Amino acid sequence: MRSGVTIFPGSNCDRDIIVALKNITGKAPIKMWHKDTEFPNLDLIIIPGGFSFGDYLRCGALAARSPVIKNIKNHISRGGAVLGICNGFQILIEAGILPGSLIRNKKLLFTCRDTMLEIQDTIISPFLSGLKKEHHLNIPVAHNEGNFFASETLLNELKNDGRIAFKYIKEVNNDTDYNPNGSSNDIAGILSKNGRVLGMMPHPERAINNLHGGTDGLKFLTKSFEQIIG
Amino acid sequence: MKVIVNISLKEGVLDPEGQAIKTSLSNLGFENLNDVRTGKQIILNFVNLEENEAVLEAKKMCEDLLVNTVIEKYKINILRN
Repeated sequence: MRSGVTIFPGSNCDRDIIVALKNITGKAPIKMWHKDTEFPNLDLIIIPGGFSFGDYLRCGALAARSPVIKNIKNHISRGGAVLGICNGFQILIEAGILPGSLIRNKKLLFTCRDTMLEIQDTIISPFLSGLKKEHHLNIPVAHNEGNFFASETLLNELKNDGRIAFKYIKEVNNDTDYNPNGSSNDIAGILSKNGRVLGMMPHPERAINNLHGGTDGLKFLTKSFEQIIG
Repeated sequence: MKVIVNISLKEGVLDPEGQAIKTSLSNLGFENLNDVRTGKQIILNFVNLEENEAVLEAKKMCEDLLVNTVIEKYKINILRN
């Protein structure tokens, strides 16, 4: 699989996802500096987490107007797959590639902890079709602005079109704190109309080794990469 | 020529910072508040532009970058000395 990882000033999960890509596919991704515009054709581009441009103005706003974004849009129009993780999800939304908005966590706290994700019934997507719906994923979040916000119309549209990828789910019945940020309808990740762009707040690259406390991220990434190669 | 852009969250969008400020104010005894909303101000210092041109340019900047119109609204004012 030919893959690339974007790097903006302030990206800080780029090396983690590069390690994950190397371990799983045996091949290192190319690094895509935000000012560069010429890249070979790729199968997958990952926009990693971090604090691009220091979260100035709004999270992801400045990164979304960087030169590299034009290449990502061309990649998407060729049918390429894109995974935006955390700040990467914020960037995809700011670039207008995914809809809605990610606003401040309801409790005003930077939240860094494990979350349990329920896989939703979606349109066909390389990121989800290899996963079994009944198996939940335990993947950590680490963010301050992950509260997915959208109009009722858009929320209904996302649901009816099968574009909600993951929802935070209770591990036990009386858990009132399972949603780490107050997101509408407990949304943790959404898909583009063609299912080939996924934005998600949880960090799969932080759950790829038993020393991380779990390997559900490894499972998710491995299944996704298998589907992308086809 | 300076143009001031005031950006605030639209009605109905959760403003947890505003809520936290309201709680703090009521702890200080300021009880006559229904709601507190926060926002940000951006001052654009233009060169060689007439007022109406500067406002038009500022509006375009708001739509292209400065404002997330999904959740935010803005007002443009000219700063006269």
